[in-house]
Amino acid sequence: MFLIYLRRELRRRRRAALLVASGLAVGIALVITVSSVATGMRDAQDEVLKSLYGVGTDLAVKKEGQENDRPEPPAFRFEQKGEGEKTQSKEFVRPTGGLGSMDESAVRTVAGRDGVAAAVGGLDLHVDKLNGKFALDPGEGPSQQGPGGPMIQGRPGSGTSEVEVDGYSLFGVDTSDVTVGPMSSSEITKGKGFTSAQADAKVAVVDSGYARQEKIEVGDTFTISGTKFEVIGIATADTGEAAANVYVPLERAQDLSAVDMKDKVSAVYVKATDADQVDTVKAAIEKELAGTTVTSSSDLADQVSGSLSTVSDLATSIGRWLSVTVLAAAFLVAGLLTSSAVNRRVREFGTLKAIGWRSGRVIRQIAGEAFAHGVLGGLLGIALGIAGALAVTAAAPTLTASMGSNQPAGGGGMLISPPREAASKSVEVALGAPLTATTIALAVALAVAGGLVAGAFGGWRAARLRPADALRRVE
Amino acid sequence: MYRLSGVVKRYRRGRATIDALAGVDLTIEDGDQLVIKGPTGGGKSTLLQMLGGLDRPTSGTVELDGTDLARLSEAKLTRVRAATVGFVFQNFNLIPTLNAQENVEAALVPLGTRAAERRRRAAEALESVGLAERRAHLPSELSGGQQQRVAIARALVKQPKVLLADEPTGNLDENMRDEIVGLLEKMWREHGLTYVVVTHDTAIARRASRVATIRKGHVKVAEN
Ligand SMILES: Nc1ncnc2c1ncn2[C@@H]1O[C@H](COP(=O)(O)OP(=O)(O)OP(=O)(O)O)[C@@H](O)[C@H]1O
Ligand SMILES: [Mg+2]
Repeated sequence: MFLIYLRRELRRRRRAALLVASGLAVGIALVITVSSVATGMRDAQDEVLKSLYGVGTDLAVKKEGQENDRPEPPAFRFEQKGEGEKTQSKEFVRPTGGLGSMDESAVRTVAGRDGVAAAVGGLDLHVDKLNGKFALDPGEGPSQQGPGGPMIQGRPGSGTSEVEVDGYSLFGVDTSDVTVGPMSSSEITKGKGFTSAQADAKVAVVDSGYARQEKIEVGDTFTISGTKFEVIGIATADTGEAAANVYVPLERAQDLSAVDMKDKVSAVYVKATDADQVDTVKAAIEKELAGTTVTSSSDLADQVSGSLSTVSDLATSIGRWLSVTVLAAAFLVAGLLTSSAVNRRVREFGTLKAIGWRSGRVIRQIAGEAFAHGVLGGLLGIALGIAGALAVTAAAPTLTASMGSNQPAGGGGMLISPPREAASKSVEVALGAPLTATTIALAVALAVAGGLVAGAFGGWRAARLRPADALRRVE
Repeated sequence: MYRLSGVVKRYRRGRATIDALAGVDLTIEDGDQLVIKGPTGGGKSTLLQMLGGLDRPTSGTVELDGTDLARLSEAKLTRVRAATVGFVFQNFNLIPTLNAQENVEAALVPLGTRAAERRRRAAEALESVGLAERRAHLPSELSGGQQQRVAIARALVKQPKVLLADEPTGNLDENMRDEIVGLLEKMWREHGLTYVVVTHDTAIARRASRVATIRKGHVKVAEN
């Protein structure tokens, strides 16, 4: 009888059922969409951090304030080789960010700490390249110097010159562990990656973007400042920008630097044994290695700005607030509608009591109906919420995340993604709203809760009905 | 069967109190028919509620076969309503979303009757009120007289000892009235019930062996 009655009620009072259900549906759909977007936001942020930082890295240790002291700008000297036009090329390898390097022993010091799973050194270099086509008058001009960057020594104005200045970033990788450090956010998509046996091998891995631009392929020979390297692999960054254009073993990078970088690293990348250890390890390293700045991924997350962080804030604050409010309102409305439906049906339930139905049976019937409304609302809400999440994913709004632009000069923000030309770096990510099992489970739980709340309201009202209400004049 | 003594039912409405029943003494024997009449607001429905265990008196005793309904636990009173008393209402009081058959079956639910048995007995009851063909109809698809027949089938399907009817023809037009009155009297006779009916219908009152008149909560019984 319970089920027959329930079925009849749901079918014949379809409009009332849909009213309660759709109220709950809106609330639940909102929760699904908002939490999916929040998940998408977290994914996007993770992606950004990954690309800026390296997947396996929890902490990066760098010398304090190093981007302020730049290395001596190189002086290029184009030798005049006889007469006429000559194309010449010069390369100058300098540490990115300045002279502030650390001794390699720092890596071992850090690695020895409790809570550190792995620590590797890395050397961030920049190769300035000058291709010149000169028609020069012989003779020595005074050296022209300006702040920063390669200088051309020659006699300006004494001939036609077509000088092309460019360069690329070079990163010295500790080949013993490539799972930590900036390179970990890239994947080897062609050829091979470094092995620990290649600590001083003349091999290089090239970022796919740079490889495409320069038409470099696996097996090619790539010359850096006169040293020939064999290209063994092409790496593709998971998202956004790669950490460097070209990667070589750390020892090779140290050799290549024009500024003496023997046994020096520009940063130590640390992986903690687990996430809880990060803060402890950070504090310990800062204490032990004076004059260094230790940056963690959460520090970085704080520095992520741009539309990503705006939307992220929106999703977490307003979105959560909105969905909680709407959900609470939906629950309340469902409860009130149920209780008012019971009010309209006092004679019906009074009659059931008058013909000998126990109070519990009447309450169960009403609660069952309300629960069914809740489930119906839940299903509708889940469908609606999934549609919402899919719509967001389909639209895939692009968000930009900028790093460090709001950083005070000399701060730690630049350590992880060494500045190339500009002081900030931005990455674009598409926002998705992935549906997780947790989200769906949450929605189902909410639907059940909504049904229970509505059922409780109705049941509470029904419990106070008397059999004599069967004789009440209503309508 | 029924023995009522000093039954008072006091309703509170705001600050005012109304004695719907102001000390009623009444005896109804097994198999008797009692017609209750009186002016509106006199307390007829209130008395019927006391007899049917739908409500408890403020004071006094309502004995049914020796047990005082006024002091019975809620569960036991529910049991009395389910098993012993059949109630017919002025407004039919059918469950609007259930069809005729299901409405009748609803009366067997609290007795724990098995589904197949329930179905059979409900069909039988509907047949006895001449509605075998309307089993699958909703109340809204039936005329007033037909709805009241379904209600009578619902009251009798559990084979109660007492049949209580509160103005069963109050919502019906002239020609339907006699039909329903006739049916109720036939059922009373065939099932050997104790039958108490509230009515304004003077024709019914004239035929009945005992007529109780309630005025302002006071009962006067006249034997014909
Ligand atoms: N639940 C209640 N709360 C307050 N007063 C009530 C309640 N039920 C009945 N009364 C009052 O008790 C008195 C008797 O009511 P009752 O319904 O028994 O009269 P009745 O004789 O059946 O009248 P009618 O012929 O109109 O049906 C009336 O004055 C009525 O207003
Ligand atoms: Mg009445």
